[in-house]
Amino acid sequence: MTTAMLIQWVVISALIIVSLLTGFAYLTLLERRVLARIQVRIGPNRAGPFGLLQPVADGLKLFFKEELIPAQADRVIFVLAPVVTLIPALIILAVVPLGPPIELFGQTITLGLAPDINVGVLYLMAVSSISVYGIVLAGWSSNNKYSLLGALRSSAQMISYELALGLAFIGPILIAGSMSLQDIVDAQASRWYLLYQPIGFVVFVLAAIAEVNRAPFDMPEAEQELTAGYHSEYSGMKFALLFMAEYDKMIAVSAIAATLFLGGYHGPFIAEAPLLGPLYLGGKVVLLLLLMIWLRATLPRFRYDRLMAFGWKVLLPLALLNVALTAVGVVMWGG
Amino acid sequence: MKILGLLRGMWITFRSMFERPVTIQYPEVKRPVRSRFRGRHELRRFDNGLEKCIGCSLCSAACPADAIFVEAAENTDERRFSPGERYASTYEINMLRCIFCGYCEDACPTEAIVLGHTYELSFTDRRSAIYTKERLLVPVASGGQPTPMRVPAGAFDRSIPLMQDPE
Repeated sequence: MTTAMLIQWVVISALIIVSLLTGFAYLTLLERRVLARIQVRIGPNRAGPFGLLQPVADGLKLFFKEELIPAQADRVIFVLAPVVTLIPALIILAVVPLGPPIELFGQTITLGLAPDINVGVLYLMAVSSISVYGIVLAGWSSNNKYSLLGALRSSAQMISYELALGLAFIGPILIAGSMSLQDIVDAQASRWYLLYQPIGFVVFVLAAIAEVNRAPFDMPEAEQELTAGYHSEYSGMKFALLFMAEYDKMIAVSAIAATLFLGGYHGPFIAEAPLLGPLYLGGKVVLLLLLMIWLRATLPRFRYDRLMAFGWKVLLPLALLNVALTAVGVVMWGG
Repeated sequence: MKILGLLRGMWITFRSMFERPVTIQYPEVKRPVRSRFRGRHELRRFDNGLEKCIGCSLCSAACPADAIFVEAAENTDERRFSPGERYASTYEINMLRCIFCGYCEDACPTEAIVLGHTYELSFTDRRSAIYTKERLLVPVASGGQPTPMRVPAGAFDRSIPLMQDPE
């Protein structure tokens, strides 16, 4: 490990984290504006031009809110839970390649922190599963029935949909013959895996939406039944952290979906201008985020038993079928 | 079939994104109120400038929220505020109590108090919630004189204008 590498890592990590944090802020604004348009409203447009300062105003407001810890709450876990939820959402993009290698200061720099590690997909699975602990701990330590019910629902839901999610990962792995995300992206240079894996993509998107607890699978925070679910008792910046975790997870799963199925950073003229890579990836992520917002604006919340039935009886068999078909295809026509 | 329904729903929400928003951008754009809207009260005047209010306190009696306070004083022909014997020397409406029911308007024998179309009544201290006579009175119409006015004796003896059956 040389000093140059160290500096490179620090810079790239800082870039990833800063882009995730600002991405979170502006994703909330984007969601509010798009939802408003779908509901034939205008949405927040007062703070700054087009409401662009709205996230700043929201953040400042949350800073000045009282940090309330319920009297009977488990204080240590209560404080720890938002951190446990947020950290995986921030570090998950470490293995996602953000662009092709570029030449800078006479050195080859890979865009992305560790895109080429050989267990990239496993890392994604492992890290994305950690954030459920944060939610369960948040619900448990609040010492509130609604919070606990929300946490129980979210753990049940995440465990059920994690299986389908994991099986959806297998398609691209089989075709690319590698678990490294760099290899998977390189293999999609000419043709996106969406073409080979339409079922896999649909299963992945549905399971991912359930995994990040978004509508129509937002059972853990169903306002009408559970007030706010696991974050009922949270206020101030701790609430902001949970909120940030939710939106950063949305960005993260969108980035993963774009990497696995939509060709990652690949796009026209990428060979001539490698710096277009992050832009292409960002564009695909924004499209997927818009899809999520659109789904939220359209679909009502699932009933809990139907959610479970859908996960186990529809999504899981579909994902298994997809794995079998992919395996047969790979054997018959080669990778 | 279920997928088809889902796609149709998605199409409807997508289409609605391109409709004109129904939002009215309030402080810049104001929605016109209905003609019978019950907003802030105003005390009307006759065309010659005399106040219609004769200080009878019927509005105060009719008020279910006890928001109106009226004190009457004698008119003279040298200092005349309103037709007839008396005028309201004090007229106060407490806007913290008022429920905008419009009973005062119904009770008024001279149609002096009318609920207008103003609805921006915010204030930052309780004292300014009390609307005094100066704030409630409408300005004198063109051609009229301000009150109190000096009038010829016997010109305005009736408190309530002569009523006529409609033709």
